[in-house]
Parts: sequence; C-alpha cells; structure tokens
Amino acid sequence: MASQYPKRLKQRKVLLMGKSGAGKSSMRSIVFSNYVATDVRRLGATIDVEHSNIKFMGNLTLNLWDCGGQDGFVENYLTHQREHVFGSVAIMIFVFDIESPEFQADVINYSNIIHALQEWSPTAKVFCLIHKMDLVQNQLRGRLFDERSQVIRDHSEVFGKTIEFFATSIWDQSLYRAWTQIIYHLIPNASEIERMLQNLAELIDARELVLYERTTCLVVAKVTRGLEKQNPFKDRFERLSSILKNHKQSMAKHTGVPAGSANFAELQIKTGRFMFFITQLTENTNLAVDLPPSEQMFNSARINIQLVRHKFEELDVGVKRLLPQPQSPQASMQKHAGPSGTAGQTDDDDGDEPSEGSGEGLGERSAQEAEQSDDQVQTAGA
Amino acid sequence: MSSPHSSAPPSVEAERHGQPPLKELERAPPGSRLTLMRYLQDLNDAETPASPLEPRYHTGKLPNSKTGDGKPRLMLMGQRRSGKSSISSVVFHKLPPSETLYLETTTKIKKEAMHSFMDFQVWDFPGHLDYTGPEFDPENLFDEIGALIWVIDAQDEYLEAIHRLNRMIIYLQSSYPAINIEVFVHKVDGLSDDYRGDTFRDIIQRVQDELSDNNYENPPVSFYQTSIYDHSIFEAFSKVIQKLIPQLPTLEALLNSLCSNSRIEKAYLFDVLSKIYIATDTSPTDIGSYAICSDYIDVVIDVSEIYGWDRFMQIGSTTAGEVGLEETGNQDADSVITMDRKAHNYLYLKEINKYANPSTILNVLTVCSLRYLALICLMGEDSPAGRKPLIDHNVSVFQDALKQVFPR
Repeated sequence: MASQYPKRLKQRKVLLMGKSGAGKSSMRSIVFSNYVATDVRRLGATIDVEHSNIKFMGNLTLNLWDCGGQDGFVENYLTHQREHVFGSVAIMIFVFDIESPEFQADVINYSNIIHALQEWSPTAKVFCLIHKMDLVQNQLRGRLFDERSQVIRDHSEVFGKTIEFFATSIWDQSLYRAWTQIIYHLIPNASEIERMLQNLAELIDARELVLYERTTCLVVAKVTRGLEKQNPFKDRFERLSSILKNHKQSMAKHTGVPAGSANFAELQIKTGRFMFFITQLTENTNLAVDLPPSEQMFNSARINIQLVRHKFEELDVGVKRLLPQPQSPQASMQKHAGPSGTAGQTDDDDGDEPSEGSGEGLGERSAQEAEQSDDQVQTAGA
Repeated sequence: MSSPHSSAPPSVEAERHGQPPLKELERAPPGSRLTLMRYLQDLNDAETPASPLEPRYHTGKLPNSKTGDGKPRLMLMGQRRSGKSSISSVVFHKLPPSETLYLETTTKIKKEAMHSFMDFQVWDFPGHLDYTGPEFDPENLFDEIGALIWVIDAQDEYLEAIHRLNRMIIYLQSSYPAINIEVFVHKVDGLSDDYRGDTFRDIIQRVQDELSDNNYENPPVSFYQTSIYDHSIFEAFSKVIQKLIPQLPTLEALLNSLCSNSRIEKAYLFDVLSKIYIATDTSPTDIGSYAICSDYIDVVIDVSEIYGWDRFMQIGSTTAGEVGLEETGNQDADSVITMDRKAHNYLYLKEINKYANPSTILNVLTVCSLRYLALICLMGEDSPAGRKPLIDHNVSVFQDALKQVFPR
C-alpha cells in the first residue's frame, strides 16, 4: 500500500483564480478559516498571491494559491511568473461571478489562463465555480448556469472534457458540495478509504457512514446502505457539513475558544427513528454514524469504531506505519467480527440478528454490555 | 381570522388551511415548515385540552383570561417602522433576519396564533394608529392580553415613542392593571456598546420620570435591549413569556433541585420550535449559554430532519425491512455533545413532555413536529459520561414532576 503513495505525498498545488471581486478569498476563508458568511465583508482585495498551506487528512497538505484577480496581477502571472504560477498544478479552481457585467471579458481572461495552464500543467484538473448564485432569481438559475458553463466549456481547450462546473453561493451549502468534490480529487487513497468504510458499515450494520474532515467539515467519504439509499434528502451530506460548521462556529463564539479548536469529542442523538453519533476517527477526521434505533447496536458500533481507529490512522495519508506487521484492514476487521462472522453479510431482512451478531463477535466488551446483549438474545429466543 | 369569542374557531381555521397546506409545506423553509406542520396537526385540538380530564392547574392560562380561551395574547405595539413585524416574523416564523428588509408595512392588526408548548396569540399592530381612542373597542383589544410589548427603535428619535408609550401605560394602568408592559429597546445592534448603554438608560429614565410626574410609581414596566440579529430578541421574549406562566416558581424549583442533585451547571427548559425558554434554574444566566443551547437545538433538529425521515412511509410497512427494530416512533430524543478537552463544555439535551398525537398523513416530519419541550443542561468541566445514568434517572423524575405540573 505504502509503495504507491510517495510520489503523491508532496504538496498538492491548488490554484484559485478568477476576476477581482469574484469571491475567491471569501470562499477560502469560509471553507478553511472558519469564517461566517457575514464576516467576509471584512476581507480586502488580495494582493498578488496569498499562499496558504492547509493540512488536510494527515499529511496531505493543500498548497492553496489564492491569486489576486486584478488585471495587473493577472498580466504578471501570464508573463513573468508564468512558469512559477502555472507549473505543477494539481487543480485549478476558476471562479466566475454570475453577476459580472462583462462576461465576455471574463471568458477571454479565462482562456488566456487556460493556455498558460495547458502549457505548464497539462494534466491538471479544472473546476469552474459559478459563484454568487444567490443573487440570481431562483427560476433563472438553472438556465443561466447551463448557458455560462457551455460557453466556458467551449473555451477550455484540452480541459474541456474533464472540467466540472458548480453553481455556488457562500450563503448556502452549495459551497460545500463543490469543495467536497474538489477535495475528493486530491485524496490519493479515496477508494481505499471508501472500501474500509464499507466494511465497517457492514460490520456495525450502520445505515450510513459519513467521514468528514474536522476543520473544514468537508465530506471525505461516505457509505450508504440498504434502505437509507431512499433517504429523500439527497443533499444531506452538504447539509451535514453546513450544520456541523455552524455549530462549530457558534460554540467557538459563545465559549470564547478559537474556532479551530472548538471540536466536539462526541455528539450523540438518539431518537425513536434513528440513532446518530459523531466521533473522532483519526487525527483529522470525524465519523458520523447513522444507525437503526437500538441501544445494543449503538454501543457495539461505538466500540467497534474505537477498535478500527488505528486501521484508519494508517490509511491517513503519509502517516508512518507504527505497526511492524502490516495486516490488511479487511482481515483485521473480520477478526473483530469474531466467530459469528455473519455480521458483514447479513442483509436487512432481519433487523434483530445483525445487532446480536456484531455484538457477540466483539472480543472487548464491558461486562455490562455483554449482559445487555445476552438479555437481548434471551428475549429474541423467547 | 376568528375572533376568540366565536364558538367554533378550530373549524374556521381548518377550513382556511384545509387545502393549501401541502403546497405551502413544500415551499416553506425547514424551520417554518415545522411550525406549519405542527400548526396543522394541532388544529383539531388546538382549542380544547387533549385529555377529557379537566386540568387541575392552569396550563399556560392567565389568571385574568376568560375561561374557554386559554390563549394569552401578546400585543406588539410601537411607532411605525420600529421593527414589530420583523420581530414577530423572526421569532415565530424563523425568517432569516436579513430578509426582514423586504417586509411590507403592516396596515391592519395581524393576529397570529402560536401553537407551541403554550398556545398564545401574537397581535401585530400597525404603528400609526392610536388604540386608546374612541374608535377602538378597548374591551375587545385589551381584555385578554397578557403582555403588551412596546417596541422602540433605539436608532431613531424616540421622544415621540416614549410619549405615546407613557400614554398607553397610564391608560392601561387605570383600566387593565394586570397587563405586563414590556419595552423592547430595539435595533441596538447598530449602536456602539457605550452608546447603547446610554440610550437604554436614557429611555428608562424618561419613561419613569414622566410616569412619576403622573403619580404612577413603580408601574409593571420592564425594559430589554433587543436585536433580531442575535439571540437577544429570543431571550427577551423568553422573559416576557415566563411572566405569563403561573407555574414558573415551581418549574424553577424543580430545575434547581435537578441541577444541584446532578451537578449540572445550568439547565434550560426550552420550547423547541420557538426557541423560547420557559424556565431556567435560578443561577445567573448569560446570553452565551442561551445561545449555545439554542444553536444546539438547531443541530439536533436539523440532523433529525435528515435522518428521521419516515422509512415506513417510503416502502410500505409490510416490507420486512427493519421490522425487528420496530420504530419506537414517539420516543423522546436524547442527545449528548461532548466537547474537546479545550472547550470544557458538555451539553445534554433531553426532550420531554411530548403529547402523543395521533399520527396523521403528514407524519413525514412527526419526529420533529411532535416535540414541545426540551431540557438542555450545560455540564461542568468533568465528563458527564460516568454520571449519565444518574442524570438520566434524575431527568426522568423531573419529567414525571413536569407531567404533574402540566397535566394536559
């Protein structure tokens, strides 16, 4: 596993470009620096390039270049600093202001930049954010977005095939949707993480698992099982990001701790319909778990997650292996599942079985829980 | 809408809201959707107690209210453009504060029934009329109100407003002395801290001077600094409502004993949807802890909305699905947040006192919409994990006590 990463461990360079006043720095502050949407009016114009290194998922560092968009600077990027700015770019995010009075000029500017990017980093991925969507009337949004993205795509040269468009606004969760996609591209082992999550979800019979990054609350990976796929809230991941972020900010504001450190260790919500908890999984990620309403499953899920934590730690990009004998994560998880082993493949047909199965398989349970689960076995048998 | 004296107000309301609700529901933002949902659900028993037993105690009724109409009335009055309609839409309709810019001027009295833990009506009065004049029937207007909320724009010239307020106070004192008068010094968000304090004191001073000139010493007038852009408006409303709850001392005593027995720092009893707290223990409050609790309710409600969708509605209840884990439907929500070491704050939320409403066809959101009261406890620096069973037990005792206090 380790051998395939070293090359990717280096910093990932992300360019954030677009016309002056398009909202680049605002968006950056909200996503990465815990700003509230109303705070961004304090931001001034960005002079030249503002670099920020954002630690994200272990040792993956985003090297975010927030490029001031005034004509003078752009001129400079395209001439003197051409190689410096556009070399070895992993991702370029180009922000268009939907309200911009001179869209044509923006497109010309864009195609100049695309040329430069094509020259120095032809493998880069381009994301295009059509920003400030909140300023457009609701019924016009879709059409305007399609029109604009078509024009932009036509000017995207080689990137035309892979470019992705998002309509965003700092006032709702659309910002999180876009950035989640962007981050997804930067995480080198996303599929590995997803596979492990899938295993975990089956083991604890969760309805849904959402792994998100602690500081930004951006969703890294998610697993949805069975019935939960019919959840009518398709935008729930962005909403979750946004809910958690808001909560974090309010906690920070009212307790007087810096927003960066206002993290909760655990959140539990239990209702008759579902049980939900969020807990820290690795240094930089939290895991949100949605379970059927059952106390036993809830407790066994919590313990199981504690047990697999170190497996995810290893996956966290670039973390040195602490354990000498690497074990495949799958195998180890099945070990936790124990002799019953069926926990993984029980389907949703029978709600009672899985909780017993996963509960019984656990080696390290407290006596109390063992009792609880035994109780349940009895009642089930009776 | 319907006058409180009419014989069958529920049916009138039901008729009016019978058809459009589904459409309205889809359009409404989540917050107001909840309000609307509950409004619709409660229509049938809005005016009558749910249980056939006569309540042994008053339930949120005013001592001076007429029998049969248990709704305390809150009146919002003040100069025009002082922010009355904004207040009522932010507090009771969850309108984002920034949207209040677009509210139209109120031209006639707007009556809104609030279906919440305590049913009450909010009457929003246009600012330009004088209600003590002969063209208004004072019987009709003031007979049942519990509190008069007078809104003063702190950013504007307030002398005229104070003058009118005083006329109103004197009028009410002579005719309806039981009415509480609450003065909201509003829009203080735009003022600097010093200036805010000065303005506030100045207004209090002027009102009191003028009243004592007219030989009214110590009238029942309270003052609050409010703004719709933070939690102060909710806090002020909470205090106004609390005065209308006859059981408040009992509730406070209950909360006090809960706090001291479970080592809870601060406990609030919230009405979930309006975010008004109807009681808290008697330890000093600060706006910060109120805000934390109120935001916390948001988190729980939002998450519940996402994951509390009705799975059986979607697939039909016969599917084997998760039959083993039969939904416990009306079970109270229970939530704990443990903060990182650095923040040292533990929150504990427990929803209580839900009424077992028969589920209707609209029960996609029943999980959220059946909730009335939530108990939120701010815990101290030590982790509540070890004490959770103790707290759980104490809370359930508290819950029983509460059922006796509000036997509806």
